[in-house]
Formats: sequence, structure tokens, C-alpha cells
Amino acid sequence: MSKDILVVDNLNMHYETLEGKVMAVNNVTFSVKEGESFGLVGESGCGKSSVASTLLQLQSDNAVISSGSIKLDEKELVGMTESELRKVRWNDISIVFQGAMNAWNPVIKIGEQIREAIREHYPSNSKKENTEKISELFKIVGLEDSIMDRYPHELSGGMKQRAVIALALSCDPKIVIADEPTTALDVVIQDQILKEIKKVQELLGLSLIYISHDIAVIAEMTDNMAVMYAGSIVEKGPTASIFSNPRHAYTRLLLESTPSVVGEKKKLRALDGEPPSLINGLDACAFSPRCPDPSDDCKNGNLEMKLIEIEDGHWADQCCVNCG
Amino acid sequence: MEIDNAKEKDLQKKLRRESLKRNWKLFSQSKLGMIGLGIVSLFLILALLQPFLFLTGIWSESIYHPVVGYDQIIEEKLVVECPKEYPTPKYETSFDCPAEGEVQKKMLYLAQGVEVGDMYDVYLQPAPPSSKHILGTDSLGRDVFSQIMEGSQVAFVLGLLSATLGVGISTILGTIAAFFGGRIDAYLMRQSDLVLMLPTLPLLFIISAFAELKIWHLAVVLGVLGGLGGSVITIKSQALQVKVKPFVDSARITGGSQRKIMFSHVLPNVAPLALLFMVFSVTGAIASESVLSFLGLLNIDMSWGLMIYLSQTDGFIFSGLEYWWLILPAGLSVTFLAGGFYLVGRGLDDVFNPRLRKR
Amino acid sequence: MDNVIEVNNLVKNFDVSKGFFSRNKTIVKAVDGISFSIPKGESLGLVGQSGCGKTTTARALCLLDPKTSGDVKFYNPEADEMQNLDNLNDDQVKQFRRNTQMIFQDPYESLNPRWTIKDIILEPLNIHNIGSLENRTEAVVEILKTVGLTPPENYLPRYPHELSGGQRQRVSIARSLIMNPKFVICDEPTSMLDVSIRISIMDLMLDLAKDLQVSYLYITHDLAVARYMCNRIAVMFNGKIVEIAKTEDLLSNPIHPYTKRLISSIPVPDPKYTREKYEINFDELDEIISNNTDNLPMVDVGNEHFVATHDVKDLLI
Repeated sequence: MSKDILVVDNLNMHYETLEGKVMAVNNVTFSVKEGESFGLVGESGCGKSSVASTLLQLQSDNAVISSGSIKLDEKELVGMTESELRKVRWNDISIVFQGAMNAWNPVIKIGEQIREAIREHYPSNSKKENTEKISELFKIVGLEDSIMDRYPHELSGGMKQRAVIALALSCDPKIVIADEPTTALDVVIQDQILKEIKKVQELLGLSLIYISHDIAVIAEMTDNMAVMYAGSIVEKGPTASIFSNPRHAYTRLLLESTPSVVGEKKKLRALDGEPPSLINGLDACAFSPRCPDPSDDCKNGNLEMKLIEIEDGHWADQCCVNCG
Repeated sequence: MEIDNAKEKDLQKKLRRESLKRNWKLFSQSKLGMIGLGIVSLFLILALLQPFLFLTGIWSESIYHPVVGYDQIIEEKLVVECPKEYPTPKYETSFDCPAEGEVQKKMLYLAQGVEVGDMYDVYLQPAPPSSKHILGTDSLGRDVFSQIMEGSQVAFVLGLLSATLGVGISTILGTIAAFFGGRIDAYLMRQSDLVLMLPTLPLLFIISAFAELKIWHLAVVLGVLGGLGGSVITIKSQALQVKVKPFVDSARITGGSQRKIMFSHVLPNVAPLALLFMVFSVTGAIASESVLSFLGLLNIDMSWGLMIYLSQTDGFIFSGLEYWWLILPAGLSVTFLAGGFYLVGRGLDDVFNPRLRKR
Repeated sequence: MDNVIEVNNLVKNFDVSKGFFSRNKTIVKAVDGISFSIPKGESLGLVGQSGCGKTTTARALCLLDPKTSGDVKFYNPEADEMQNLDNLNDDQVKQFRRNTQMIFQDPYESLNPRWTIKDIILEPLNIHNIGSLENRTEAVVEILKTVGLTPPENYLPRYPHELSGGQRQRVSIARSLIMNPKFVICDEPTSMLDVSIRISIMDLMLDLAKDLQVSYLYITHDLAVARYMCNRIAVMFNGKIVEIAKTEDLLSNPIHPYTKRLISSIPVPDPKYTREKYEINFDELDEIISNNTDNLPMVDVGNEHFVATHDVKDLLI
């Protein structure tokens, strides 16, 4: 039994805005084991990117963690000071942002930017040691050494993305968060990058949190996953289990509304309406207004959101389990 | 269909109100904008107050009119003759003679039959602030406060007229340059460069040497100069950005003509930026007017610049703070109103930019 | 053969040589000789990765950018005949515009933010002077209902920024279809929408296609979406069409190495599924990429399935 690298327990985070509190993350609980690949899937505004930035405590100024805990390798991250967090970031947990290939400083060479990150955590390393380390990382992600001396604009999108992954790995973190790392890339390059990520993960025994709105990618990349809607987790468990037996109405709709190139061409289900506003929080089931077949309890808002275990390790929100 | 129409109109009104409320909320968050708005409103009230006071008879035009009003303020003073050597038992230094309520005989050379020791009625011009005249009177007995209000009217008219004209010209030229490109664009850009190069004030001096500049003329000149200058370039770049947006392509595919697309699609999207320019250019207009009036180059009855000009020609400008009401109110008015418009522009920036970024 | 559009050897080059005096003109062949036709009532998917030339094709077919060369014929319902796109006079261009429309990818930038929804949808009718003023407003109300934006009065006076992405795309669809065009080019209309909303927009477009007898040229990078929307799919690469076939035939029997590579890279939403590993001749693929393969013939391999290749025998093994 490998140990838990990351344990998130009842995390609640909101943004203070002029219009009120935007409850971006509500009672989110999940854990990731060593070497495991965990997927977080949901549409825009569901809170998955907020979870990512909260884990690293890199949110904007108006974000407030109101309660909950984040334990990284048994170190409690919530409540740490900025200087303590700086030691943890990149060293223990790192992130590949959305659109990260545009996050390179255009006037500094790639190699130098990565070296900067390493120097922050290993100040005693010599330049030669750092260069060797980067060279190793590049080999893992499939880049040539010469890339170190190039500027970002000289690289293609795929190469920049690989460099970003190298950057995320530069300080030997235990867990890496990948927030839609392949959105802007062509499907052929995306395939290569995903294979690369898998290879790296196996090689280094890395834990991975993969965030995406594309359930096909989640299906192929992850061992366990969680489905998010309106800031809460509505279903979580082993990926295979969720795909073969989706219990929450939203999960089912997600699976049924994704066209595929293989298999029979089936009629897909559409989802009406829009995601709810997260201002000042939601009581009861967030999904019931859009549920195609809600029970009376759902409609009256009698049931509050709570995950119950359906089968081994597979949890779903009690509301939408019993209907639709 | 009738039900549709009524509901639609209601919704339209409701949406307008909500939109106004939202914009107001955005604007009111900008402290600078609110301060600016306060200042501008104050001067606007002053500008509107004057005709109101005259119309309702609270103020009598013969006394309070800024140009032809005249208030005779008389103070009885003791006629004295100042000694040649100091100190004396009555006066310590030469500055103490004449004292308050006293006047020197030699100053009354126009009067006849006046001797030392008599009480003489002196016309107090310019008169310091009193309960009758809040800011006193000038050397011709005219109420200064009324003059400030008159100047406020002039400033608003001049500022808004020249700004509107300037912005109208630059928006149309900028959009044309962006839309047609090529030689038209090249010509307009060179024209703007030329105008940018020309220093405004000296140019105005030259113009005033050839033609008699009244306030309307000045407004047109400033408007045209402003309109042909650098703002064309900025508006053109904004129009270029709008031109490549998908909704312009959509209009072309639908079959819209060049002219229609330019005026119905591109222009309205450039307008917010133009409005911003307008507010900023009012600042320049007010300042230019005051400089020109101060130099006596404007044919104008009354304005803030003129007030300072008059106080200079009368010799009061170097009197320090003794005749402060002749200089400070006018000078501060120019500064504050020009600054106020600028701050409003800063506040408007906040309203328009998030809108453009809104998703 | 009742086609709504016939494209023959369409070429669009861009001159990117710098400066006035450069001797060597650098020409980017964005669209390098593509040919296809779309029968009435059917839809063709144009699938390719970014930079392959599909958007350039769309813009050339809409007369937004002039084409460099090639023969394009479109169906003119007034005259009931195929008309060439070259040398059209102003009236003919207007006629063309009534019958050819485009739906754009970005729901946020394809509607004028300063116009109300009512004006946006009214515009085509106003430009082409269709019907009386009263009729026009009625038509707008009707089409709003058709695209699912009800009650229409709720939407008419609103501005685009007050609507969601999905609603905005519906407005775009309404605007494009209000004149009942026969041919609509769709440039990735759902790629910027949330996953759960895509299907409702796509279903709407399929229903409208059936009801109004519209043909789509559906441009996308997502083969799965093309499968859902189109009868036939053309795969585009490097400015050329490398393979074109009926949808199911293409997916079950891809012949060109690029098509094979494309299909095998697509992730499948089923964790138990292992993707088809195609025997891809990478050398052949590289050769195609690096070579200046002008006028590669499209070989008919039966069942209306065409592949761009020099030698059929090699590929069919």
C-alpha cells in the first residue's frame, strides 16, 4: 500500500468580490497516493483551476481559504507563511499552468529560466551541476540540449510545452499538477506530450494531478478521478469504475455528451441551461436545476451536498445518486 | 405581437436603468473620478447659478453684472498728511501711515477743497470681500464672484465645443485612415505628424495677430487643431483593432457596404476611446483660453484669463497678497476646473476598459 | 449532380516578402490546390490541425479574401444554375451573399458589442431589403424561437455581453440563417463553448440543416465533432486535402498515413479502450511534409473515397 502524498480535507475557498463572496471551492476532499495519477474534470467555472492554485497557495489577493486542510507528505500547507510556502513550492509540489507555454520570459534563454528555478531551491549547486540536471530533464521530456540556449520564440508550441514540463520537474517535486497542459496544442502533439508525461511519471515515481475538461484525456491518463461542478466534487473514485458505472446525473451527462471517433455513432445527450452563479454559495444540490429527472427532494432542496460511498472507493453526491 | 412590443419596451427601459446603475457603480469606485466629478459639478452649478440669480431678481444686474455692473462702495476716511520722518508719536514706521480708515491728502488730488482733518468719502475700488460681495470687487467696481461664474460659463462652452469638434474630426479621420489604408492613410498620418509638430500656443498667437479671435473662433481653432493632431493616430490604431474582429467579417459576409460597416460597426466601437479623449482635451482648451486672455489676445468680455490680465494691467499682480481676490479666485478656478475634467477622464477610463475586456 | 458548391484546385498564396526591394519573394502557400464538392443537403467536414489552411479556405470561399487561383462554382437558386465566383458584378455578389453565410468560432467577438440582439439579427434583412419593416421584426422573433432563445422579447433589447457563450452562438446561428442561405460555412463554432453545451448547439445546427435544407462546410480540428456533424470528411494537411471519404468509411478504413496518424492520436473517453495502432509509414509521411508535392492526384479507391498519393498500391497494403 503506497502512502498518501497529498490529502485534501474539506477544503473551502472563496473570492472576496464587490458583488459578494464567490464560493469557488466547497468542501473538497480527495487524496493522491505516491505514483498515482489523479484526474480532476469539469467545465469552465467548476472550480478545478481554483483548486489547483489553492494547493500551491498561488491564488489572487482576494482569495480566502475559510476552512479545510491540505497535507502534503504530512506537512500542513494551510496556514503556512509565505517564506515556508516558497520552500514547498517547486520542491515538493509544482504546477504546469494552462497556457504555460506563454509564460516564458521572451528575453531570457530557456536554460537560464530553468536554472533560475533550481537556484532558488538549491543555491549551493554549481552552474555545471545545474546544466547537467537540465540536460537530464530534457532527455526525459524529449528535447535536445541545444534548446537550453534558445529563446522562447524560437521554439514551437510543442517544444515550449515540453520545456514547461521540464521546468516543473526541475526541483524534483513529489507531485505535479498539470492544469490543461495541452489545450492549445494539435491533437498529434498532444498525444506525444501525454505519452511523455506518462513516461516521466513511471520513470520518476511521480504523483500527478491532471486537470482537464476533456474526459477522453482523463480516461487515458488517470487512475483515479473526481468530477467537479459549481465548486464541489459530485463524484469521485477509480477512473474505470466511474466510466463503467457513472452514478451522478452530471457525470452521466458529461460522458454522454462527448462525441467519439470510435464505437457506434450514438445520439448524444445535451445539457440545457448554464452553470449556476457561485456568489454567496449554494445550498442543497447545485445541479438540480439542470438535472433531467430530479427527485422531489432535489427540487425542494431538502438534501444537502454530501458524498456517499456507492461501491469500493467510488463516491457520489447523495442527491443525484438516487434519480435521473 | 402587441404584447411582445410592450414587454420588449419595458425590458429595454429596465436594462437601460440597470446598465446605467452598473456604470455608475464602476465610476463611483474611482476616487479620482468622483473628486473630478465633484469639482466639475461645482463649477457647473456656478455657471448656471448666475443667470438664475439674475432672472429671479435676487441679484440686480446693475450691480452684479460681471462686465457692466458697478457697485459704488464708499468708505468714510480721515484725511491725513504723512510725515516725512519716522517715528512719530502717531506712527511707528512709514508703513503705518496712512492707517486703517485714513487716506493721504496727496492721493486726493482730484478733489477740491479738502483739508487735513476732514472726513472724506473714498470710493473703494477694488474692494475686499464683504458680505455684499463674497469675493470683493475689481478695480472697476464689478463683483468678482459674478465674474468667476461668468468665466465658468465661458470655460464650459469653450471646452465642450472645442472638445466635441476635435473628437468628431479625429474619430472620423482615424476611422477613415484605418479603413481605407494605402495612400489615404499615409496622407492622414503625415498630416497628423505635421500638426503634432506645430506648437499650439505660438500658432494661436499668430492667428490672433491676423484675425480677431472671439470665444467661438477660439473654440473652432482649438477643435480643428486638436482634431487633426495626435488623437487621429490613436483612434486609427483602435479602429484597426476593431476592423479585424469577427463581427466586422460577419458584416461583410452579410453584404454590408464599406461605408455602412465603417460607420455602423467600427465607429461605435471606437467611440468610448474618443469620449475619453474628449474629456482630456477640455483640459487643454481651458488652459489655452486662459493663457490667450492673459496675454490680451482674445476679444472677449469676461473670462478667468481676462480677470488675471486686467489685474496685471492695473498693476495689482505684484501687490502680493494685498489684493488677492483679484488673482487667486481666477487662477485657482482655471487650475481646478481643468484638473477636474482630467480626473473625470481618469474615472471614465475605469468604466470603459473593463467593459471592453468583459467576457 | 446537384451540388451546392464545387471547388476545383483552389489556391491561396500569401506574399510575405519583406521590404520593397527583396529579390526573393517569399510566398506562403496557405491553400495549395484543393478540390471538393458538396451535394445539396449534405455536409462536409474539413478537418485539420492549426495552420493547415482550413480557415484560409473558408475566407476565400466567402469572398472575404480574394483567392489566388482556382475554379469555384456555387449554386444560385434564383437562376437555378451553377455560377462561377469570378467576375461577379455587384448585384451578383449581393446575390451570392444572400446564399452563403458563415458562423464564427468566437462567440465573444463575432457579435458587435454595441448593437442589440434585435439589430444584429435584423441587419441581413435590412441590407438586402427583404420584406417590409413589420415582416422583418416578425422574422427575427420567429428565428429566435427556432434557435431556442425564448421568450424572444427577453433577448431582443439585450446586448451581447449580457448573454452566455452558448446563447451568443445561437444568435450567430439565427443571424446566419435568417435569409435562408443554402450554404453555411461553420468555422469551429463549438470549440470555445463548454463541453456540455456543445451538443445542444450541434443538434440545433443539424435540425436546422434538415428543416431548411442547408449544406454545411464544417471546419474543425476535432474529428469526433466532424463525425457527429457531417456526411463526408476531408482531411487537410499543409494546405492540401490528403484524403476525403464518407465519414464512417474514413474512420474505419483510413488510407493516407496522415489520416492514420491523426486518428491514432485521438484520446478515447473509455479507459478500457486501447487505441488502434496503425501501421504508419513515417518515412512516407515525412516525405509528404518536406516535398513540394504539387498537384498530387486524388486517387479513387472506391465508395467515393479519394486519397492523395503517387502510388495507390503502396498505400493499400
